[in-house]
Amino acid sequence: MQLWLIPFLPLAGAAINGLTGRKTSKTVQSAVAIGSVLLSFLWVVKTLMALMPLEERYVEHYFTWIASGALTVGVDFAIDRLTAVMLGVVTGIGTLIHIYATGYMHEEEGYYRFFAYLNLFMFFMLILVLGGNFLLLFVGWEGVGLCSYLLIGFYFLKKSASDAGKKAFIVNRIGDFGFSLAMFLIVVTFGSLDFPTVFAKAQALPVEESAGIITAICLLLLVGATGKSAQIPLYVWLPDAMEGPTPVSALIHAATMVTAGVYMCSRSAALFMKAPIAMETVAIIGLATAVLAATIGLVQNDIKKVYAYSTVSQLGYMFLAVGLGAFSAGIYHLVTHAFFKALLFLGAGSVIHACHHEQDMRHMGGLRKKIPHTFNVLLIGALAIAGFPLMSGWFSKEDILGAAHHHHVWMYWVAWVTAGMTAFYVFRSIFLTFFGEYKGHAHPHESPWSMIGPLYVLAILSVVGGYIFPIPHILEPVFKGIVPEGHMEHSMADMILGTSPGIIGIFLAYVVYVAKPGMADSIKESFSGVYTLLYNKYFVDEIYDATLVHPIERTSRSFLWKIVDMGIIDNGFVHGFSGGALNFGSLLRRMQSGEVRNYAAWTVVGVVAILSALTVFGGSR
Amino acid sequence: MLYDLFPPEFFKLSVPLAGYLILSAILFTIGVATFLFRRNVITVFMAIELMLNAVNLSFVTFSNHFGKVDGQIFSFFVMVVAAAEAAVGLAIILMVFRTSASLQIDDFDSLKN
Repeated sequence: MQLWLIPFLPLAGAAINGLTGRKTSKTVQSAVAIGSVLLSFLWVVKTLMALMPLEERYVEHYFTWIASGALTVGVDFAIDRLTAVMLGVVTGIGTLIHIYATGYMHEEEGYYRFFAYLNLFMFFMLILVLGGNFLLLFVGWEGVGLCSYLLIGFYFLKKSASDAGKKAFIVNRIGDFGFSLAMFLIVVTFGSLDFPTVFAKAQALPVEESAGIITAICLLLLVGATGKSAQIPLYVWLPDAMEGPTPVSALIHAATMVTAGVYMCSRSAALFMKAPIAMETVAIIGLATAVLAATIGLVQNDIKKVYAYSTVSQLGYMFLAVGLGAFSAGIYHLVTHAFFKALLFLGAGSVIHACHHEQDMRHMGGLRKKIPHTFNVLLIGALAIAGFPLMSGWFSKEDILGAAHHHHVWMYWVAWVTAGMTAFYVFRSIFLTFFGEYKGHAHPHESPWSMIGPLYVLAILSVVGGYIFPIPHILEPVFKGIVPEGHMEHSMADMILGTSPGIIGIFLAYVVYVAKPGMADSIKESFSGVYTLLYNKYFVDEIYDATLVHPIERTSRSFLWKIVDMGIIDNGFVHGFSGGALNFGSLLRRMQSGEVRNYAAWTVVGVVAILSALTVFGGSR
Repeated sequence: MLYDLFPPEFFKLSVPLAGYLILSAILFTIGVATFLFRRNVITVFMAIELMLNAVNLSFVTFSNHFGKVDGQIFSFFVMVVAAAEAAVGLAIILMVFRTSASLQIDDFDSLKN
């Protein structure tokens, strides 16, 4: 089926734009960038058509990459229904965002560089989802991290942007360290990295032998996932990542890359199901992240920051689902979230574009009349994320809430409150941006059709994505035999209870920000302590700085730099060796007297020395 | 009389191998000593020739001893090289003498350091 074409096409696009971008026109660059991703999407569609109904895993083996002792790792691309879903999301939404980006980035410097990076990201993301073993997944995993770094720091002349890029890269390093340890443990335990082999061996291991080691593997995988998918304690990089251009925030930091952790955990469902402690940890981390990020999102003023914390919160929701064993619900939310969060980000990008790069919502307001198309689509996105009945987000959130209700009732209520907060902060952003009076100084203008078009497509998907992609049903063959089949009864009362937080949140936001505009400030004043805490993101960045970053920096400066690097490596080795060679050379120089007879005497001394050595030690006979 | 002094056995009895080798060694040592201790360039030059011929002598000796021609072939090579070297060497000496008007080998130390 030539699966390799799927990632190769964006790679070719990246190569063409990256190498020839200086000389080609923007039209050509856009055509290459969009074309390569669109072709990849079409190839995915064609492949899936041909492989229908894809009940079994389909593998293509290209070559053996590593053969070392008993361990063999091949470059294998595999496709099953989980991968198929991810492929559809990545290439489909990727195409839309590429089209949008041609409009959004049109006036920017380094247009071709942007698209080269973006296509390279697509390549690595597709490797990540297509990889048939942990190592290939890790290649993609690292590659998307690199592209994320490059794109966050796209405006590298801005200090905050390059700092944010570095922060994302370094924080992810911690997670990736956990992931690599997990892989080493998998190799040691199972002797393979291929998904089917590992999972089959894990299933075959008796519980008393396997429980400890599989729990360790799963917890280490979780460390990797918390880095990439922005969960506690490593979520701090994602809000800063908003320094990147908005299409990047939509594609990488909302729809695709950050969901890689959820994908990886679902892919490893067979391992996680054998490790109940790890599952519990995943659920608790997910839930805690969801709550924490949602509360921060309530008070942020930067429109992209609101959506960034919203993303962290929704990713927490997905991890909650994964931790509860409702993997398909997690993936379901991943897909619908990809639709509506990409829509929200791109819509926010359109707002920012309209307001001439103003991101502070306090300087917006009343934009409903000025940019009606953007308003329409953003409203749909907000309804979808709030879980308004029959929108896409409603289906997936219901599934997750149902799973939570099934396992721990307290988790259900925490998730319920979080859903209410989600609705509140999203509609807060809508009301602040589009209602009331315009408070800025720019002249807002509607964005071009290359931006509005993709927004409408995403809006349609956000509305109907829940029906037309019934993910839990699609994924049944993937998790059959791994996750116990349990029928979750959805009674009418449950459904109404699950829907209510969204409605209540929207209503409260309407009361606070539209009906009684002064109310927000009075609430802020009466709870100023809480407000300060939330506004400053619980001071987590400051705590990390004080407890981790500064001590490490100080140790690096005073010990690693001054003593190890300058003292031992520079003075000890580098200068030591060169100085030694210099001194030895000046000794040898004295032999060079220039007198022939002197040289001859040295020759005689040498011959005598060699001959006597031969006489004493017997020579080579 | 003469017959008594040099009977046919005398001619059949070859000089022992060691004799040739000792001679060769003596010649070579004289060459080395001359090279090291004489200052005149021409003398030094002749010392080199002496060493080469001492080596030639042991080549030929071994060639005869083992009944193989390899040593003789080598000695031809040495002669050829010595001839070439003599030509080049004399030319150099001539040029050096023209520039520095000296044949004292210790005066030529421009390669110092």
